[in-house]
Amino acid sequence: MSQQIISEVTKDHLRTDLPDFRPGDRVRVSVNIKEGARERVQDFDGLVIKRQGAGVSETFTVRKTSFGVGIERTFPVHTPSIKKIEVLTKGKVRRAKLNYIRGRSAKASRIKERR
Amino acid sequence: MAKGILGTKLGMTQVFDEEGQLVPVTVVQCEPNVVLQKKTEENDGYEAVQLGYKDKPERLANRPELGHVRKADTSPKRYVKEIAGKELSNFEVGQEIRVNIFENREHVDVTGTSKGKGFQGNIKRHNQSTGPKTHGSHSYREPGATGTINPNRVMPGMKLPGHMGHETITIQNLEIVKVDEERNLLLIKGNVPGPKKSLVMVRRTVKEDPVEPLDPSRYVRQPASETAAEEPQESSE
Repeated sequence: MSQQIISEVTKDHLRTDLPDFRPGDRVRVSVNIKEGARERVQDFDGLVIKRQGAGVSETFTVRKTSFGVGIERTFPVHTPSIKKIEVLTKGKVRRAKLNYIRGRSAKASRIKERR
Repeated sequence: MAKGILGTKLGMTQVFDEEGQLVPVTVVQCEPNVVLQKKTEENDGYEAVQLGYKDKPERLANRPELGHVRKADTSPKRYVKEIAGKELSNFEVGQEIRVNIFENREHVDVTGTSKGKGFQGNIKRHNQSTGPKTHGSHSYREPGATGTINPNRVMPGMKLPGHMGHETITIQNLEIVKVDEERNLLLIKGNVPGPKKSLVMVRRTVKEDPVEPLDPSRYVRQPASETAAEEPQESSE
């Protein structure tokens, strides 16, 4: 009963306008960034390596390699500061968390496409 | 003290604030509290209101209890607590106090009974540090020395193992993120003492100045026809 009330409280915060995506997919996340009074949209391209949590607290992690340095960013799925998520390619993977990608070179970390 | 209300801790979750930041909140359900008695300066020597929260079956109440709640024209209450101060003194016996006495972004103190931890040692109970694990040490989780040899006794206040938790705790200056009048809920930023389903008391924080005694007509729910007539006036203000 109390869990029901709690999920009702957070229901307004859930977003339904986002595409379906899973670990292994390549996505482009457009995030709103505040710089003082100004706001602008920044894109973050990369591989989704995990989704974790449920409901309003669910987050996903995107990994990309920039100038030879791996960068990971974790976003709450339902945050209003995400303007758009674009799924670039769908990947075929056999695990829910792709932590093994981290130690691998670009060539070794290729992921088969899902169709 | 202050204006306040009794409620039940339901659990924690997260919500987004206006800036899109995730804020951890505790959901507290406060079904309407009934004023059972008013204590006054002349009669009792101090100002307070006695609130009753949550109905219980009549068979669980004894005769004096039944007589007490009959004065307020309500059913017997499981929890009865006093909130001292003048801020609720305009409410009459039998009137209901709802979550709408609070507003969004207001600061409150929350009192509850903390989770019981049982009999615990010094490391957990008093945040002492452990001794060395190795090198022949036999004092890994020991409380250490218990004082001077001179008085031939342990001085009062010495930190020793014992029962931990299950005590009354007040956390001050928590922010109310949202007041949900429809569902009688308060969303309070951060954590609140006690396990789920436990009784908590939410009061205006002592860190801020007292507010004027509240006008009950603004907060007590009117019959449906009257509220419909009132609403347009409020919006024009």
